[in-house]
Amino acid sequence: MRNTYLIVAEHRDGKLRRVTLEALRAAAACAAGEDEIHAALLGEGLDDLAAELAAYPVAQVHVIESESLRNYNPEAYVQALAPLLASLRPDGLFLGHTAAGRDLAPALAARLSAGQISDVTGIEREDDGRIVFVRPIYAGKAIERRVFGSAPRVVTVRPNNFLAAEPREDGTAAPIARSAAASASELRTVVRDVVRKTAGRIDLAEAKIVISGGRGVKSAEGFRPLEELAELLGGAVGASRGACDAGYCDYGLQIGQTGKVVTPEIYIACGISGAIQHLAGMSGSRIIVAINKDPEAPIFQLADYGIVGDLFEVVPLLTQEFRKALA
Amino acid sequence: MNIAVLLKQTFDTEEKIALNGGAVSEDGVKFIVNPYDEYAIEEAIRLKEKHGGQVTALSLGPARTAEALRTALAMGADEAIWIDDAGIPQDECAFAEAIAAALRLQAYDLVLGGSFSVDTGGAQVAVRAAISLGIPHVTSVTKLSVEGGTASVERDAEGDLERIEVALPALITAQQGLNEPRYPSLPGIMRAKKKPFKALTAEALGVGGGSSEAKTARVSLSLPRSRQAGQLLQGSSQEQAAALARLLREGSNTI
Repeated sequence: MRNTYLIVAEHRDGKLRRVTLEALRAAAACAAGEDEIHAALLGEGLDDLAAELAAYPVAQVHVIESESLRNYNPEAYVQALAPLLASLRPDGLFLGHTAAGRDLAPALAARLSAGQISDVTGIEREDDGRIVFVRPIYAGKAIERRVFGSAPRVVTVRPNNFLAAEPREDGTAAPIARSAAASASELRTVVRDVVRKTAGRIDLAEAKIVISGGRGVKSAEGFRPLEELAELLGGAVGASRGACDAGYCDYGLQIGQTGKVVTPEIYIACGISGAIQHLAGMSGSRIIVAINKDPEAPIFQLADYGIVGDLFEVVPLLTQEFRKALA
Repeated sequence: MNIAVLLKQTFDTEEKIALNGGAVSEDGVKFIVNPYDEYAIEEAIRLKEKHGGQVTALSLGPARTAEALRTALAMGADEAIWIDDAGIPQDECAFAEAIAAALRLQAYDLVLGGSFSVDTGGAQVAVRAAISLGIPHVTSVTKLSVEGGTASVERDAEGDLERIEVALPALITAQQGLNEPRYPSLPGIMRAKKKPFKALTAEALGVGGGSSEAKTARVSLSLPRSRQAGQLLQGSSQEQAAALARLLREGSNTI
């Protein structure tokens, strides 16, 4: 029996988000034999993005364009996808566990009366062919392995945990099917405007390098050296709950069990002591660096590299060293 | 304005996790109201203080859940509904169906919840309930005001801010930054003991039961590989910074 999978693509600033290619890889990990993976692309003015997506190993790119889809709107997106879901009848849906994906996936799952496994970081195929989905719970303090009962299945994948899918090797392109979304006059939800506070910045959940500050940063201005280092390395700045509660930065930067869970390649904790709830949010990072004045700080217990010292001295020196090396 | 608040009792975020017989051990664990749901309770009480009406706190879980509902009552909710999770499959789809069934028995203009729970954190139940009830939803909200049947909200979308208007009745989930939840006062705690507290079963709601199967199921649980303390760098700050830069460049191709 042939299974059909559908990924719902995400884009930002006219580019496909990397998590979409990671979701494609996750779908491919579930697919076998004659199975087909389709991609849905929603928004406005999508010609370039559709061509870009068609270069990846998907059976078809379904483009749904409408002014009401320019910004993410749960109601409009659910309505716009309904005809495609009805005709394609996918056995599995794959989305990123992102601001939009977290919102859209359970809405689609409820519409399809489907099970959903959220925030998946790994997919394992057992000897009997059963597919097992791995997800951290309690912000990574425990790891759960979960399976679906019957189809359809809805999966959201955590950014940064699957390799991005590669374009087709032979340079061919998947067919592109276009449809216009139905009129959105009956929507009860209206997106008035979107304030882009992150334009040009790297999203914390997707960043490969995170430079994070805690109470030791002492003030909003104290984040400046961290921002400089992040900028140089193409990373993102994060913060502990202590720094957010003290008003040094926006809650949007908070990493921990409340806040965001991040799993970058490199995590540099500056002036963070390492409360359990913070450690839960970052201990899945590949390399952890701690810079802290207090040699007894718990963060050193899980750091791969530690520097006992003043972050205001060490961080600018580190930036200088990288600047030299990258020159 | 009548507001229903969905809340979940979770482990305190400072708790460590231990496994016992393949499940998370609850021995000696301190339970709290899921922090995101606390914002929802606070917001509901503030809206009631401004517009009048009733706040109903609703939770699904084992018997210990009553304690979280009492906290909501002590903060200022008017009544509580506890759905006993016995007989309900341990899956977000089934949880949402039970919650939607309980909400259908209520008169509400607004349903509030947290953006996710800090334990199993699937971020599904509230949105699923909204779809089941046929009402619109907005998640991860950091600002909320209600005027004449419309809620105006600010939604946090990974650092960007979306301004959204949604017609009531609607379901809205709270993100950090929405408000500063109050602590229950002593008179509040005393009053909570006299407030209506209703218990509902799966049977009474017509959900769960022998025929319904969980859409997803846990096959195993494990603890993450524990990390070891690595290397403390030595030398002057300059030397340590140089060593760290070199180690990071060698250890990762990201830089």
